Amino acid sequence: MADILNIPDSEPTSSVQSESVVRLSRTPEITGCVFDIKKYAIHDGPGIRTTVFFKGCPLHCLWCQNPESWQKQPELGFRKGRCIRCGRCVEVCTHQAITMTRDQPVTDANKCNLCGECVNVCVAGAREIIGQEMTVDEVLTEVKKDVIFYDESRGGVTFSGGEPLMQPEFLLALLNRCQAQGIHTALDTSCYAEPEIVERTGKKTDLFLCDLKHMDGNIHERFTGVGNNLILDNIKRLSEAGKEIIIRIPVIPGFNDDQANIEATGKFAASLPSVNGIDILPYNRGGKEKSARLTAGVELMQTQTPNGEKMSSIAEILNNYGFEVRIGG
Amino acid sequence: MNERVAKLRKQSVETKPYISTERAELLTDFYKSDIPASVSVLICRALSFKHLMENKTICINDGELIVGERGPAPKATPTYPELCCHDLEDLRILNSRERTTFVVTEEVRGIYKEKIIPFWSGKTMREKVFSAMDEKWRQAFDAGVFTEFMEQRAPGHAILDDKIYRKGMLDFKRDIAENRKKLDYFNDPRAYEKDQEYQAMDICADAVITFAGRHADKAMELAQNQTDPVRRKELEQIAEVCSHVPANAPRNFWEALQSYWFVHLSVITELNTWDSFNPGRLDQHLLPFYEKGLKQETLTTEQAKELLQCFWIKFNNQPAPPKVGITEEQSGTYVDFALINVGGITPADGDNAVNDVSYMILDVVEEMRLPQPSSCIQLSKKNPDRLLRRACEVIRTGFGQPSVFNTDVIIKEMLADGKSMTDARTGGPSGCVTISSFGKESCTLTGYINWPKILELACNNGIDPNSGAQLGPQTGDTREFTSYRQLMDAYKEQLRYFIDLKIKANNIIERLFANYMPAPFMSIVMDDCIARGLDYHNGGARYNPTYIQGVGIGTTTDALAAVKFNVFDRESVTMDELLTAMQANFAGHERLQHTLLNHTPKYGNDEDYVDSITEDVFNAYYELLNGRPNTKGGKYRVNLLPTTVHIYFGSVVGALPNGRKAGEPVSEGISPSQGCDTKGPTAVIKSAARIDHARTGGTLLNMKFNPQVLAGDGIDKLAHLIRAYFKLDGHHVQFNVIGAETLRKAQQNPERHRDLIVRIAGFSDYFVDVGRDLQNEIIARTEQQSF
Repeated sequence: MADILNIPDSEPTSSVQSESVVRLSRTPEITGCVFDIKKYAIHDGPGIRTTVFFKGCPLHCLWCQNPESWQKQPELGFRKGRCIRCGRCVEVCTHQAITMTRDQPVTDANKCNLCGECVNVCVAGAREIIGQEMTVDEVLTEVKKDVIFYDESRGGVTFSGGEPLMQPEFLLALLNRCQAQGIHTALDTSCYAEPEIVERTGKKTDLFLCDLKHMDGNIHERFTGVGNNLILDNIKRLSEAGKEIIIRIPVIPGFNDDQANIEATGKFAASLPSVNGIDILPYNRGGKEKSARLTAGVELMQTQTPNGEKMSSIAEILNNYGFEVRIGG
Repeated sequence: MNERVAKLRKQSVETKPYISTERAELLTDFYKSDIPASVSVLICRALSFKHLMENKTICINDGELIVGERGPAPKATPTYPELCCHDLEDLRILNSRERTTFVVTEEVRGIYKEKIIPFWSGKTMREKVFSAMDEKWRQAFDAGVFTEFMEQRAPGHAILDDKIYRKGMLDFKRDIAENRKKLDYFNDPRAYEKDQEYQAMDICADAVITFAGRHADKAMELAQNQTDPVRRKELEQIAEVCSHVPANAPRNFWEALQSYWFVHLSVITELNTWDSFNPGRLDQHLLPFYEKGLKQETLTTEQAKELLQCFWIKFNNQPAPPKVGITEEQSGTYVDFALINVGGITPADGDNAVNDVSYMILDVVEEMRLPQPSSCIQLSKKNPDRLLRRACEVIRTGFGQPSVFNTDVIIKEMLADGKSMTDARTGGPSGCVTISSFGKESCTLTGYINWPKILELACNNGIDPNSGAQLGPQTGDTREFTSYRQLMDAYKEQLRYFIDLKIKANNIIERLFANYMPAPFMSIVMDDCIARGLDYHNGGARYNPTYIQGVGIGTTTDALAAVKFNVFDRESVTMDELLTAMQANFAGHERLQHTLLNHTPKYGNDEDYVDSITEDVFNAYYELLNGRPNTKGGKYRVNLLPTTVHIYFGSVVGALPNGRKAGEPVSEGISPSQGCDTKGPTAVIKSAARIDHARTGGTLLNMKFNPQVLAGDGIDKLAHLIRAYFKLDGHHVQFNVIGAETLRKAQQNPERHRDLIVRIAGFSDYFVDVGRDLQNEIIARTEQQSF
């Protein structure tokens, strides 16, 4: 807790004072792009949590559950199934970005400035802006609303995404503020980031949820767009620094669910100085449905959801390496 | 469960409720005699009760251990023509309606036509009540501004404490005689009235002893003809039990349950009381008998459990007597609101009261899976997490039980009502969610009040858009309002007017029941009726609060917030445009409706902008109602619960500023408007906690969870959620754990889902038994997903 003294924007007891200190200490104010804040998140770390989803991800995993997190900036989402073709969006757009085709309105991403007018008039609820720039205070205000639930359940806040490490200054500011408030923090990350960033955030984070998708660098690159060297190094470094780590493996049939890869993962985890557990998360098809809503096309693969038997057998392999394994996280 | 219990349970679940004319006929015979004209009302009521208890059919079902039915057989449902005499059209509706059907045979119709209707027509309490109401009340009642509990049923909401486990009817008779002896005709102007009450009580005590004795005789008779030696022995034991209780204090576990059951049957035979009757804190009452039985090796855990299961079936055998008209709309269920309470703290020293019987009762609840009796845990911060966890496990099985109450805030509520610390700790929730000091209180719920309707009237200068009639006072043309505050003031003015109307009526109806429909039997078991020589319906109980149940806090808040946000703060629409759109039911105004529905703050999302309005709406009601005197020496208190009235109330309210269309249900309990809570359960809880529960006599929060949210350690998270709500002084929460998909399937194929039980309001019911509208509304309630 001595760290608090070093944090420029920690919150003093008086709220009036707090406001002025916060303003003085941050010029210009740090903001970040967030695409969702979910309350009562019960699968993203211990207890009842609030999960803040950062927008932007360096990985483009072909099975991604949250493809709306790929792009760094806010973007327009459109649900074709809901559209009633009333044409209000076309009428209201001052940038002539939307044209009505035979079966749906089409938005020219180059002309659209995401003003949101078309969303406001969409009676059918077919249009949405995904992601918004938020200040640290704005995020904190939401996070702090559920402190009583964190206290009761030993929960806290989880920063997820997307990749939170892609917005390091924003993330660090949030971590600092949470630490000052005594709110437990977890970072759900691909660990694909500059080691220096990982190190800085590591000091302020209570728990790392490190995604580990495949042990073979080539396969990793083919399915996610990036290799795994940096990821494995970062996990190792965090572990060596004594951080609390849970390794999370998305189980994607046909990609990483073969025995060789699971064994290799178990071996890697066992080679680390400390790992607090492994979560295995069965693939679900939610991402495919969501990707159809994005204006910028996102191509995802579709595969089968692994059955309970498969999940248990993977859990058993990892158990043999001495880990507590939870299915579903 | 063993074979015996399974068989009895099957009989209870599969028998369709039907109307029995036995009680109506016996009562008619009695009232046709010369007696009523020659004695006081009190004695007349006592003698009519005696006549019923001496002559009603004695029923001992095959295999059962706890005996006695309200009607001549399980699910045979008596009527109460002295309160409400059904006409032939009512009987036709009862027999044919979609929900809460009662089979009415041709024979029953014939008896009603020939005997019951001709005698009771013009003499019922229902007619007395309606004829005493003025035109303004009638107009508001017909328009659906409020309902009236006492137009078909008697006041009740009575819960027993531990006295019948310490005392038998013979002991009560002694108490009555001693008090009677002390009557001071020289100095007490009420001495004669008291004497009448004592005489009436004494007659009733004897009548109940006779009733139990008739069960003993019947059991002996059955025993003599019984060839199976095991069953013969059981019947002999039943005879032994029924000869001892309730005349004397029970000596063992079995007698304790049977004694309560006789008292229960007596209360609900004497009158058709709201919330039937409740044993209260059964785990506390039974513990001494349980421990004694185990110690003396006269009782095993299995036997105790079996007896409890038999006891459970008795409750489920008694559907709530048939309701018609608006009373049916507001409470359309077979459930008669008997509630079994588990947990809490000890009255004398406030210690953790959870014991082995508490857990056994939860086991029974889980295994029996019956809508009646309802069950709850009273959770104190002093109670172990194990109790909550076990309750959550039962909740997870998905039939809405047990509900969870916050004992610590309930004690605050009781103390705020002026109760002693011991009496506060003795009590808990009763029936639905309203608190009561058990064994000492008459907390009378008098009807629901439709806040959204009142807001609609405020929006329209007191005119009901449904009829064009000037229903409320003229509180101003809202088109000319220049601030949100003016609308809030208009709402408060309308609210004051209707509360006044309702209180005036309640004061009259309370006197009607005190004068014409006393309850001398129930008065025996409720303190301090004997000490005061005063009937339960006439202020005899130690505490006598009256309630008018506020409905629609979510809808009312959202509608007010919509005006504040869009008309006055953002100025994006004028009041005139809004009213025009409301009149058109948003036809041609879909864009505005979309803004109101989807881009306007809603209660239930932990947003101060709108939740502060919730506080205002609650405070307005509290300030106008709390503390007003009733006619029984008690005061008005505030509670917020709906049963099924939010459907009926919604049907009479036109389109509202929150985008809700005409006729759609209003929000229920203190839950957010249906589908408007988009931030998950913690946000709902934070919003609901903005209401100052400690100043109420009960609030009802309904939450719906998808089963997968509660899988694995999801159950621990549920427990944490509840503890956090209670830290915030939340009064009550209950859960439906059912996927919407399952419900839709059940709607399509009711025959395949007959056993699907859902939590509706303060109670659970079979999903297929509730009306289509309510089914749709249950499906629409937000499914709380976790992410």
